[in-house]
Amino acid sequence: MIITTTLGDMDETLLVKTTGFQDSSIDRVEWVEYRLPTDPEGTHIHRSVHVVIKPPANPVTITSNL
Amino acid sequence: MASTAGTTNSFKLELLEGVHNFSSVNPARTANTVDVFKAALYTTTATLGPTTTVYATTGEVGVGTTNYTAGGQTITNATNPVLYSNTATWTPSANITWTALTAPTAFDTVLIYNSSQGNKTVSVHTFGAQIVTAGNFTLTMPIPGAGTSLINLA
Repeated sequence: MIITTTLGDMDETLLVKTTGFQDSSIDRVEWVEYRLPTDPEGTHIHRSVHVVIKPPANPVTITSNL
Repeated sequence: MASTAGTTNSFKLELLEGVHNFSSVNPARTANTVDVFKAALYTTTATLGPTTTVYATTGEVGVGTTNYTAGGQTITNATNPVLYSNTATWTPSANITWTALTAPTAFDTVLIYNSSQGNKTVSVHTFGAQIVTAGNFTLTMPIPGAGTSLINLA
C-alpha cells in the first residue's frame, strides 16, 4: 500500500508503522503513524487521526415554568 | 386524568426544525430549505465554549496547515432531526474528513456552526489534542439516539 508522507508517496513496507488509541468520556481517538526505519523513534512522516465524537456532557434541557 | 405541565416533545423537535420563531428579529427563511452547517477545527490555545456565539478565525487551525480552508468543511446533513421518546436529536448524516492534511499545531476542538444564519454557533466538541502529518483527519459522528446523538434536546 502506498502511504502519503512528507517525503512523498512511499511503499508501506519501507516504513515503520505505529498505531494507538485513547478512549475517554468525550472521545475515542485512533491514530496511525509512519516513520523511517532509520529513525524508528524519531519524527513521524505521516500521521492520520480518526476521532469518534461523543455528545457534549451538557445536553440542552428545555423546561417551562408556570 | 390530570394534565401534566411541561414543554412538549414535539416542540423540542420543532426547535431543531426551525418551526418556531419567538423573535421579531429573525433572518429570512426559505421554506423547506436546509441551512448549511459547517465544522471548523481549533487549536489547543483557542477558548471556545458555551459562550461562543459566532464562528471566528481566532484560534482556528491555520498557519502551517496544508489542505485546511478557513471556516472548515460543510457538514453533510441529509437526515432531519429525530425525536426519540422525549429527546429531540440531530446528528450529521456523514463523517467529516480532511484528506492529505498537515496540521502541525495541536488542535483539540471542533465548532459546529450555521453558515446560512450569520455563522451562529451550534455546539463545541473537544477531543484529545492531535496533530496530523500528510494524513487524513476524520471526525466520526456518534450513533443517533436519545443521549447519543450529536445534539440532544431533552
